[in-house]
Amino acid sequence: MNAVAKHMKNRNILVPILATIIALVFGAIIMLIAGYNPVIAYQSLLNKVFGSAYDIGEVIRAIIPLLLSGFAVALANKAGLLNIGVDGQITIGAVASLLVGTLVDFPPIIHGFTALTVGVIAGGLWGVLIAYLKTRFTINEVISSIMLNYVALYLSHMLIRGIVPQEGSQRSALIQDSASISLNSLSELLNGARVHWGLFITPLIIFGFYYFFNKTRYGYETEVVGLNNHAAHYAGIKVNRIITRTMFISGAIGGLIGVFDTLGVYKYMAISTSTSGVGFDGVAIALLGGNTTIGTTLSGVLIGVLKYGSQGMQFGAGVPSEIIGMIISLIIFFVAAPGLVKKLLPNMEHTKKEVQ
Amino acid sequence: MKRVEKVLELKNISKKFGEFYANKNINLEIGRGQIHALLGENGAGKSTLMSTVFGLHQPDGGEIYVYERQIKIENPNHAIKLGIGMVHQHFKLVEDFTVTENIILGMEPKIGHRINMKSATKEVKDLSEKYGLKVDPNSKVENLAVGVQQKVEILKALYRGANILIFDEPTAVLTPDEIGELLDIMKTLVAEGKSIVLITHKLNEIMSVADKCTVIRRGEYIKTVDIKDTDENELAQLMVGKTISKQLDKNPFNPADKILEINHLHLVSKSGRKILDDVSLTVHGGEVLGIAGVDGNGQSELVESIVNMIETNTGEIKIKGQSTKGKSIRDIFESGVSYVPADRHKHGLVLDKNISENLILIEYYKKQYNDGLNLKKMLIRDEGKQKMQAFDIRAESEATIVRGMSGGNQQKVILAREISRNPELLIIVQPTRGLDIGAINFIHNQIIRLRDQGVAILLVSFELEELLSLSDRINIIFDGKIIGQVDPNNTNDTELGLMMAGKGV
Repeated sequence: MNAVAKHMKNRNILVPILATIIALVFGAIIMLIAGYNPVIAYQSLLNKVFGSAYDIGEVIRAIIPLLLSGFAVALANKAGLLNIGVDGQITIGAVASLLVGTLVDFPPIIHGFTALTVGVIAGGLWGVLIAYLKTRFTINEVISSIMLNYVALYLSHMLIRGIVPQEGSQRSALIQDSASISLNSLSELLNGARVHWGLFITPLIIFGFYYFFNKTRYGYETEVVGLNNHAAHYAGIKVNRIITRTMFISGAIGGLIGVFDTLGVYKYMAISTSTSGVGFDGVAIALLGGNTTIGTTLSGVLIGVLKYGSQGMQFGAGVPSEIIGMIISLIIFFVAAPGLVKKLLPNMEHTKKEVQ
Repeated sequence: MKRVEKVLELKNISKKFGEFYANKNINLEIGRGQIHALLGENGAGKSTLMSTVFGLHQPDGGEIYVYERQIKIENPNHAIKLGIGMVHQHFKLVEDFTVTENIILGMEPKIGHRINMKSATKEVKDLSEKYGLKVDPNSKVENLAVGVQQKVEILKALYRGANILIFDEPTAVLTPDEIGELLDIMKTLVAEGKSIVLITHKLNEIMSVADKCTVIRRGEYIKTVDIKDTDENELAQLMVGKTISKQLDKNPFNPADKILEINHLHLVSKSGRKILDDVSLTVHGGEVLGIAGVDGNGQSELVESIVNMIETNTGEIKIKGQSTKGKSIRDIFESGVSYVPADRHKHGLVLDKNISENLILIEYYKKQYNDGLNLKKMLIRDEGKQKMQAFDIRAESEATIVRGMSGGNQQKVILAREISRNPELLIIVQPTRGLDIGAINFIHNQIIRLRDQGVAILLVSFELEELLSLSDRINIIFDGKIIGQVDPNNTNDTELGLMMAGKGV
């Protein structure tokens, strides 16, 4: 029996890898049909990513939110929750840090740190709101979290227009320089790539995720709740408390994404008609990574590289960047339908069940 | 056309699940216009047999005759076409639909592409009047009482032209009034020429409505009797069989202080059914109190209320003289209670975690297993190894995922965890369900060992043999009530069987 379990585990690693390869092949076939050269396309994708110091810096800038979003979703998944409201948590975190970053006068670093902390807590509380609706009124978190995305978006519009507007434009005023969390000297080295504190904080979050679930008793009880909440209840674990705590941390990671964008990348917040969609990328990344530390990290990097590199494909090979969107979707599609991948590789099916 | 008298006949039906015979050479003959009871304990194979008849699975041996013609019932749709209808214990209704919509679902009368609601409603009304099933065709199912929902299920079967109706433990979810009404409905149905198979283990129901009764025990056909030639004593004895109470090596009965005391516990369900009805009991140290009863008579609610997993309406529970009111589940466990739940998979284990992780499920938060933040992984693993040896848990290692293990080994993991916590009160529900004889003996010996050490044990079981050989006293629970107490050394299967079926002595 144990051998079977091990085998299953290997398969679970194999599926996302195969899914990625198959999706890239599919993408190549589609490019061929459309009359493009896939070799040049993929080459220019890689060139774009690793071509210059600026690009390396910018691809890291692009990967950070995807990684964090993936881990925010993975964390909730571990507790049996589907947090598709990371977008809303990003927005709340962003707007909270924006307000602190523009309205308060603090010395540098302290100002940035304060604005960051406030943004993280605000994102966490937005997550707690979802947990509260679930535990108190049994509202499914999928519904409430997606709805709260809109609430967060329009709330941010209201706050920007009402408190920190930039006259004559569809965005907020700039944050004060003291609130910036950019790494200016490193940025100069990378020809102006927008790198920020996230470069150090993101690895910490990833390590924290690993540590939490592999070492601590809190991670243990979170997993027990996610795997079998009846058994958790029987064991005397306060399930609702775990759900609330998990949604706070998940939302806080979401909030951090918004903080990085506002204080580290753009220095203002745009009044956009929709949320960024990074939260949904996170759902895909966590799925592809199987909620594991390594898996989620790798898939976050992969999706980030593909997304950022797709701009290069457009320049280098004239291939529309939408092709990459399609390939990412295909990867998710094959991971979500593992049976399909296994069918494509008949040698993986050792025994065919007899049809009754 | 020749009038057939046997509407359904089963000859030597066998059904195997793996190496286990759920049914073995069962014979059954249902006559036209008769109510034929199918009697047996939990797990005797009644439902398996009827699922075979309803086409839910194929038998491994034997023949089925419908209207004296041999037939292979492919699937439930085929069964329905043959005129067989099933009233499931758990209703299969769409709550948001009206009574009529539920009944016609899948067989809607149509005008063009539209459902002819008017004729459907009329048809449902006619049917309900004909058989005395009073329901409003236009009310929504979610607003109906359980007893009325059951009528909708019956109408659904009748609407599909069922002439042979299988009722799977129909009274389990009903109030006494509703039970009386249902039995009357059954009589009306057979008076109108329908035939009924009634799966039950309640003897009074059989005596009051059935014409014949077939008894099966452990998957085997025992006997078919005419109700007019039998009595409840005989039926009870046939149902439980001759149990040879095996003699376990145990110290003389020497009860110590009261450990668990329950006074006048009441619990009423949302639909108003009494689940626990004035339950009072005590368990002393060094004593095994057995709770006998057929599944679903309030046992699980009783034990879950002791550990505060559910709240009761009124009444008092004291553990070692202290009221449990307002205490958390964890508080209760810390006061010296261990609990082996009935459902190993749902409550007892986290199947996708490994053995050692399951062994710390209750106490992982204690200093013993963590330094405040980190779990003491080495120690947890070592303890896992030790407990595997002490409790004869057979698996590759302590890191083996529990899901793939056998039921017996899974149960031993739970026992190892709960016994190692050195309880003063052990609540243990259905400890040997589905286990092989070796595992059963092991677990029984563990229970006796604890009793001899002075632990108070509350044993809930559906197995008479187990209760008789382990208990010092046995309380019988029926319909949420403790209806009697017997001395296991001074009782017999007939007496117990009768009481379990609701006949107080």
